[in-house]
Amino acid sequence: MFEPLKPVSPGLRIALGIAFFVAFIALWAGLTLTGIVPSLFLADPLKTLMAGWTLFTEYGFLTDIGWTVWRVLGGFVVAAVIAVPLGILMGTFKTVEALLEPFVSFARYLPASAFIPLLILWAGVGEAQKLSVIFIGSVFQIILMIAVIVGATRRDLVEAARTLGARRNGVVYRVILPGAAPQIAETLRLVLGWAWTYVIVAELIGASRGIGHMIMDSQRLLDTGQMIFGIVVIGLIGLISDFLFKLGNERLFPWSLSR
Amino acid sequence: MSKLVIQGISRQFPGVRGAEPTRALEPVTLSVADNDFITILGPSGCGKSTMLRIVAGLDQPSTGRVLLDGAPVSGPGPDRGMVFQSYTLFPWLTVKQNICFGLREKGMAQAEQDRIAARFIAQVGLKGFEDHYPKMLSGGMQQRTALARALANDPKILLLDEPFGALDNQTRALMQELLLGIWEADRKTVMFVTHDIDEAIFMANRVVVMTARPGRIKCDIAIDLPHPRAYTVKTTPEFAAYKARLTEEIRAEAIAAAGQEGH
Repeated sequence: MFEPLKPVSPGLRIALGIAFFVAFIALWAGLTLTGIVPSLFLADPLKTLMAGWTLFTEYGFLTDIGWTVWRVLGGFVVAAVIAVPLGILMGTFKTVEALLEPFVSFARYLPASAFIPLLILWAGVGEAQKLSVIFIGSVFQIILMIAVIVGATRRDLVEAARTLGARRNGVVYRVILPGAAPQIAETLRLVLGWAWTYVIVAELIGASRGIGHMIMDSQRLLDTGQMIFGIVVIGLIGLISDFLFKLGNERLFPWSLSR
Repeated sequence: MSKLVIQGISRQFPGVRGAEPTRALEPVTLSVADNDFITILGPSGCGKSTMLRIVAGLDQPSTGRVLLDGAPVSGPGPDRGMVFQSYTLFPWLTVKQNICFGLREKGMAQAEQDRIAARFIAQVGLKGFEDHYPKMLSGGMQQRTALARALANDPKILLLDEPFGALDNQTRALMQELLLGIWEADRKTVMFVTHDIDEAIFMANRVVVMTARPGRIKCDIAIDLPHPRAYTVKTTPEFAAYKARLTEEIRAEAIAAAGQEGH
């Protein structure tokens, strides 16, 4: 059972995954329903579900979810559109790498949330500010990760292509790009997950709608049930988007499936 | 006229952290006749692969030059097809798409590409595997595809760098017969690098033995066995005589190479 690196059967894998969720919820219920943790600090699972129901039926929570999803996707798509080509250029051409790599490495460590006060000053509290937080948080990460992936292109494949007559464009478009594509998609999947954490931070300050805004509102009312429900919803949306991304990658790149 | 002329090429690699530069290849001069099949035989690390890479244009010689049909070689090009020891099929392309890689690069019409690909797929015995991705193929099948990919480009000379080195013995023997059969049919000029004596004799018209590093040409032996050759030629007395002679030549170099590794 604990043989190193030994694969588990698909059935057991699903069962174990569900078992941990069940254990987690059981612990949560045990701590709250028995009164060990007062409900003022932590709502029990039932109250949380009921709070969720109220959110959907009375407070139009679906609209909040819609706004948050739009902000994440909007900021992320703009970041990806700019960062993917830059990362590819950096990985492919060492001069571009020498020019940009030091700055991007520095900018990557600037915390996106620290920009929020500045961004409010520059862009107000509207959508532009929310999208900018996501953008700043994602763009430098994507550039660097893609530059590394592209830079690690197998040299023997490039050499094979050149002996087959490929020149610069042939090497870039027919070897480097298709070879790096699955890992680029994988990087985007990863960074999209991080974008979800930035959007909530952006919505905690100066937002009038969105999941983060709802959580802030609930704090004022000491409604821990609603707060927890909001957090769980973020987790679920993250899980779904991750799953869709994985599915898409498997469809797009059948040749790279590791087995 | 000689197809390929190698004029005094040598190769030094710069020393690491102030160390002496490594002399991988001493000046080598060699010509290969049109339609010839020549094997370069030497112990590992003797510079034979370096020489082949220089001919391919993937490495630059420190001195000397390479002429193909009288024109100097300055970089890699489709006139010199190459099959590598490592598996270098493009993993995102199917067998057929891999074989068409160079044809597409030339801008050839799809119908023409299909026709050529079909011919070489049949020649290397991969009918039915056209739409397989490389990861679905065995090592031998991958190398057959790589061979077809190089041949489809119709190069002036085919360069092979221990292409069967990673295969098991049985597969390797079959691959040798396959390559020899292709050569006997088309007489494409071939330069084949190996450290396997049987392989060198079985396919070649000429075996060039190289010394241990830094590599030089030690001897150049014509293999006068009739074509077409079947695998049974390996058990004939003539083959055994060549093998005995080459074993002696290579053994001294292998000992020298083993001694160097201690430094």
